Amino acid sequence: MDLTTKYLGLELKNPIVPSASPLTQDLDSAKSLEDAGASAVVLHSLFEEQLTHESGELDHYLNYGTESFAEATSYFPEPEEFKLGPIEYLDLIADLKKSLDIPVIGSLNGISKGGWIEYAKNIEQAGANAVELNIYYIPTNTDVTSEEIENMYVDTLKAVKENVNIPVAIKLSPFFTTMANMAKKLDNAGADGLILFNRFYQPDFDLDALEVVPNLVLSTNWEMRLPLRWIAILYGNVKADLVATSGVTGYEDVLKVMMAGGKAAMMASELLRNGVGRIGEILSDLEKWMEEHEYSSIQMMQGSMSQKSCAEPAAFERANYMKTLQSYKI
Amino acid sequence: MARKKIMIDGNDAAANVAYKLSEIIAIYPITPSSGMGEMSDLWSAQGKKNIWGTVPSVTEMQSEGGASGAVHGALQAGALTTTFTASQGLLLMIPNMYKIAGELTPAVFHVSARSLAAQALSIFGDHSDVMQVRQTGFGLMASGSVQEVQDLAAITHRATLESRIPFVHFFDGFRTSHEIQKIEELTEEELRELIDNKTVHAHRERAMNPNKPVLRGTAQNPDAYFQGRETVNKYYDAAPEIVQNAMDKFAEITGREYHLFDYYGAPDAKRVIIIMGSGSETVKETIEYLAGKEEEKIGVLVVRLYRPFSVEHFIQTLPKTVEKISVLDRTKEPGSTGEPLYLDVITAITEAMTSSEKPFNEFPKIVGGRYGLSSKEFTPAMVKAVYDNLKLDTPKNHFTIGINDDVTHTSLDFDPSFITEDQEATKCMFYGLGSDGTVGANKNSIKIIGGETDNNAQGYFVYDSKKSGSTTVSHLRFGKNKINSTYLIQEADFVGVHLFELIDSFDVLGKLKKGGTFLLNTTFSKDEVWNKLPKRIQKQMIDKELSFYVIDASTVAKNTGMGARINTVMQTCFFAISGILPKDEAIQKIKDAIKKTYSSKGEEIVQKNFNAVDQSLAHLFKVEHPNSVTSEITIPPVVSDKAPDFVKNTLAMMIAGKGDDVPVSQMPVDGTFPTATAKWEKRNIALEVPVWEADICIQCNKCALACPHAAIRAKVYDKADLENAPETFKSIQARGKDPNRMYTIQVSVEDCTGCNLCVEVCPAKDKTEVSRKAINMTPQRPLRETERVNLDFFLDIPEADRTQLKIDSVAGSQLLEPLFEYSGACPGCGETPYVKLVSQLFGDRAIIANATGCSSIYGGNLPTTPWATNKEGRGPTWNNSLFEDNAEFGMGMRLTIDRQTEYATELLTQLKDEVGGELVEAIVTAPQKSEQEIKDQRERVEELKSKLEASSNPTAKELLTVVDFLVTKSVWIMGGDGWAFDIGFGGLDHVFASGKNVNILVLDTEVYSNTGGQQSKATGLGAVAKFAAAGKGVPKKDLGKIAMDYGSVYVAQIAMGANDAQTIKAIMEAEHYDGVSIIIAYSHCIAHGYDMAKGFEHQKLAVDSGYWPIYRFNPENVAKGKNPLKLDYKGPKIPIKDYLYTENRYKMLTKSHPERAKHLLELAQEHAKVVWRQYSHIASMDYSNTDEETK
Repeated sequence: MDLTTKYLGLELKNPIVPSASPLTQDLDSAKSLEDAGASAVVLHSLFEEQLTHESGELDHYLNYGTESFAEATSYFPEPEEFKLGPIEYLDLIADLKKSLDIPVIGSLNGISKGGWIEYAKNIEQAGANAVELNIYYIPTNTDVTSEEIENMYVDTLKAVKENVNIPVAIKLSPFFTTMANMAKKLDNAGADGLILFNRFYQPDFDLDALEVVPNLVLSTNWEMRLPLRWIAILYGNVKADLVATSGVTGYEDVLKVMMAGGKAAMMASELLRNGVGRIGEILSDLEKWMEEHEYSSIQMMQGSMSQKSCAEPAAFERANYMKTLQSYKI
Repeated sequence: MARKKIMIDGNDAAANVAYKLSEIIAIYPITPSSGMGEMSDLWSAQGKKNIWGTVPSVTEMQSEGGASGAVHGALQAGALTTTFTASQGLLLMIPNMYKIAGELTPAVFHVSARSLAAQALSIFGDHSDVMQVRQTGFGLMASGSVQEVQDLAAITHRATLESRIPFVHFFDGFRTSHEIQKIEELTEEELRELIDNKTVHAHRERAMNPNKPVLRGTAQNPDAYFQGRETVNKYYDAAPEIVQNAMDKFAEITGREYHLFDYYGAPDAKRVIIIMGSGSETVKETIEYLAGKEEEKIGVLVVRLYRPFSVEHFIQTLPKTVEKISVLDRTKEPGSTGEPLYLDVITAITEAMTSSEKPFNEFPKIVGGRYGLSSKEFTPAMVKAVYDNLKLDTPKNHFTIGINDDVTHTSLDFDPSFITEDQEATKCMFYGLGSDGTVGANKNSIKIIGGETDNNAQGYFVYDSKKSGSTTVSHLRFGKNKINSTYLIQEADFVGVHLFELIDSFDVLGKLKKGGTFLLNTTFSKDEVWNKLPKRIQKQMIDKELSFYVIDASTVAKNTGMGARINTVMQTCFFAISGILPKDEAIQKIKDAIKKTYSSKGEEIVQKNFNAVDQSLAHLFKVEHPNSVTSEITIPPVVSDKAPDFVKNTLAMMIAGKGDDVPVSQMPVDGTFPTATAKWEKRNIALEVPVWEADICIQCNKCALACPHAAIRAKVYDKADLENAPETFKSIQARGKDPNRMYTIQVSVEDCTGCNLCVEVCPAKDKTEVSRKAINMTPQRPLRETERVNLDFFLDIPEADRTQLKIDSVAGSQLLEPLFEYSGACPGCGETPYVKLVSQLFGDRAIIANATGCSSIYGGNLPTTPWATNKEGRGPTWNNSLFEDNAEFGMGMRLTIDRQTEYATELLTQLKDEVGGELVEAIVTAPQKSEQEIKDQRERVEELKSKLEASSNPTAKELLTVVDFLVTKSVWIMGGDGWAFDIGFGGLDHVFASGKNVNILVLDTEVYSNTGGQQSKATGLGAVAKFAAAGKGVPKKDLGKIAMDYGSVYVAQIAMGANDAQTIKAIMEAEHYDGVSIIIAYSHCIAHGYDMAKGFEHQKLAVDSGYWPIYRFNPENVAKGKNPLKLDYKGPKIPIKDYLYTENRYKMLTKSHPERAKHLLELAQEHAKVVWRQYSHIASMDYSNTDEETK
């Protein structure tokens, strides 16, 4: 059975790619993902804002209270160097490249144009096979227009593409007014891949403390529908490889993503919930299904149920209530 | 070839040489020597090698006694070994120093000489400590400048190896140890050339070695000891020549010449000063200034090798023409015939003059004087006064200089207007806050000037003794000539004031010379600033014809992301105005320095600073001001008119920075000071202060409990008390049904440090806008006047009746008056809430022994003390003995209380018939546990006193002297983890075993906080601290468990932020327990590296992660058949990482040693689990029927 697929020009032995999660944050767990059958790994994101914050925090607290009191002009020893900025992250890429046979994809969340470019170059130099731009941005400013946001995405992508030679994928928010047009703009700007979609962690309220609290909830299967729809719609309309992330929990989901036109199905929540062994189980189930249904390869099914190929293209455009109307035929 | 010059301070200069010439370094931190050990530890961690190409091992011990023991052992095993210490630390080394010297073992101890604790502790410099080791057999070498520190350190290391005599190499604490000077660097090649490897090999050859075993450390009998002691004479006889040879060899290598005694001045001088240490530099400067101006000839003999004292070399160095000598000692030996150097000089000259060859025609007139104790300024004016004294036919002997002794009249008068500072040099003073980075920036500036130009340069920095809102004054001198001025700037060319409010606190323009430059940081524009200046400042500016510049550095810093640190902005303005370097070059140099300082912390930090530099000049303006005083603003009085006379006349002078002018008569003779004085020192340091919102408050009093400075008070009182309340005074009905009981939270805005801890702990939120709490931070300035009036009114409202309060609850305890208030501890301090709580609960009958450390500094450092009194005049009585002996010190207090109580009871019983059997019986049998019972006993004792006073019976008079002991006393032994876990542990352990009724409060910050964050045995696994740069590799000592092992000690571990009710319960139980009690209190600290406002949150995380188990172990429960251990936590509920990595002390290891951090984190997690298993096992043991079990 041929499970291979091609994503960002990389030959993948199967379509299951663990996306950024604690499982891809260190060498040992990344190795276990490879051993479990993952075809590539996407590292956790390098957050420029966090790096800047950490650097500022370190400087602030190493200096805090110093040179104020004769007996204690400082409170900490100052090592000659700190592994600050992206060093730790880049070291991890280099280590993963040495230890893994599967492709390693870096992920980056910048806040400044210079940061996007510099860190993308760093990721390339560290040996990553590709880089994923994780534009985790929530536009809360009421004076910022959708056009400005869209341009920001495109400009960032262009800037990175101009400065690196490895493939560049971009992880998108689902909250664009014209998703298809946005995808096209990014495609035109040179995106090698579009990852659908970024999950924004939604804060919760603690009613006892009357506080807004972060609340990380693992994705569930139904969340896969949104990327599924958009992959199906975009397939054939953009050159960039399409990938689904969010809600992939079993072999059926992988099949659906492939049939919609995806080049890979990214997983994190399912692996965190049920362990990395799930990759092997899903692959086994996948092969079994394909055998039973006489598919000889993954590539054979890719895009087979996209909007362009399916019997009812309008199904991807209808709202839910239209289902009832659909049964009414004149 | 020009020799390389470097900018370095005295501690670094000594440490650099000592490190390169040693294999083992064993130390214990003590101010002002800590920097030497810290630098050595850092170099060792960095793998820096000594001159033999190997990395020295640096070990922190549990005390200086321990360090000297380790040094002794290392030397005996054959390593080249050194240590660094000062003051009490050196005293603790004395026993080993006798051993090391007695065994003729080469070693050098580098000492930044410091005062000894006598009537008071002092961290500052003089020779009191080194003079106490002059009899040990160690040689003593004195350095007077940073250059000499480096050079004589090297010479001493060579000399010790050759002579086999161990040496103390000393220099003046702070004045030299902390002064940054431009010096010629000694290279590694030069050190190699200086040290004779044969002497190193000989040292190793003498080492203990099982292959050629020897016996040392014998016990000798009367037949042998004396002769054995005399065997060393020839080594001491030879030592001076060996030292001089080392000096000569050094001169051959470097061109810098030294002698055992160096003489400066007229070759035919008649009046000579003899001195050692940094004061000699000022004497030299004075001589140079006076040269040609005085008809009579003067000179100075500088002592370098003080022990062994070579009479021969000394006499040779003194001019033959000398007629009068003034010997200056920087120490005091009460009751002696004179101070040590004076006595040595008398002896030397007497021996010489009574020998066959008299060196002088006439026996010179010799007088001795004391100067410069505890870094007291020693200026050319004082030097001149000493020379002038010698002009008298009968010069004053045993004089003092630099103070006004109006009691025994020892002091010489001097004329402060006599100034000899180099007129060609530039002198700059900067007034700043500790928190604004002023000192750091000035250190950078002086390093730029000294390092990047051909100027000589000197930087010296003065800090005040507060840990919050502290002010700093930087003194920078630079110029083409060598700088010998080892005193503060007397006439400045430039004054920078980095905070507008400081013009009220200091006479900032007092030292600025006519035509000088004044730079002020202010938010007032150049057009409005003139009218905002006080009258005094305007007048000084006009009279002195000053150039005046303003910069709004705070805004520039804020806009460029620098926060409160205005250092870079002010530094840029200084360079721009002073014109030391061309503007562009100066900016480039500043940026280079920024890169050097900050690049290890990330490019963003560098860029942020660069941005601040670039933005600064656009906001710098020269102000043209009128030539007449227009201001009506006067500088407010230092303390209120209502303050007691002692506060107004003495302490206020210290607060105003005029403590040097306090005459001897105004100082207590025995170090006894009144308490309740901090309340007069209104510091107004908070920019924002909490404001109470009565409508939201739930009256939980958590804000008052958490407030480290007792600046938030809660009170319940009668409605009638509100009569005449100020208009803005807030109150609401107190909880409960009585509509006539009112409640107020009052903030002392002038004492608040603005730490925000209260707001963080406030649980009450406005239901319509949850960001508004029952207490919120608001700018202080507009509230100052109204809240001052409100506070006065609040304090006059009668306190609640203690007997009616539920004081063992959070809310109830905080209605008790704090008798520890407004300390100078760090904003958000984690220790003081516990200390304050103890003062509330037991302060009116507490006697406190306080170990040296943070708590002794914020508790007892002049000018004022936070320990306070209640309306009846009762309050904690407090004392600090030493660092190492506090448990014993407190136990001694208990012994006295027990003895005197027993004696008083005996006397009372004898007087039964006279005072009445019923009263006697009631007094003797009073339980005195509850507040009511104590109150009743006080009333009985008062009644008894009246009867005794009326009696003529001698026994009654005797009883009156001890009658107060009939009211129960609460003994508290307080201190930090450095004391309890390390240096004082032996004594603490002994007290555990004593069974005496003492209460021990360990304020555990897990490092030596007061001396700057060195690791202790309380430091947590994986934490970075000084001497644990790579993270501490073993878990902290479980002191509680050790105490529990006795079975007779009440033990509690508490964390107020995690469980305040448990904290209060534990403190109450500990005090009630009739035996030894120890409470180990988690104390968040500035040395932990996070926002102190979040301190309580961190305490909770520490407990929830299982890192900090909270429990109570009450031995009384055993007799009741109950398990004595009650765990007050539920085991690790969150991963330990979620606690540790919220603190920089742990997190920074992930940036410096990521792999090790990961490993230590795993160990820490495992340890927390193991601790929980152990404790839960112990706590679950069945004590109901122990007899059955043993069967």
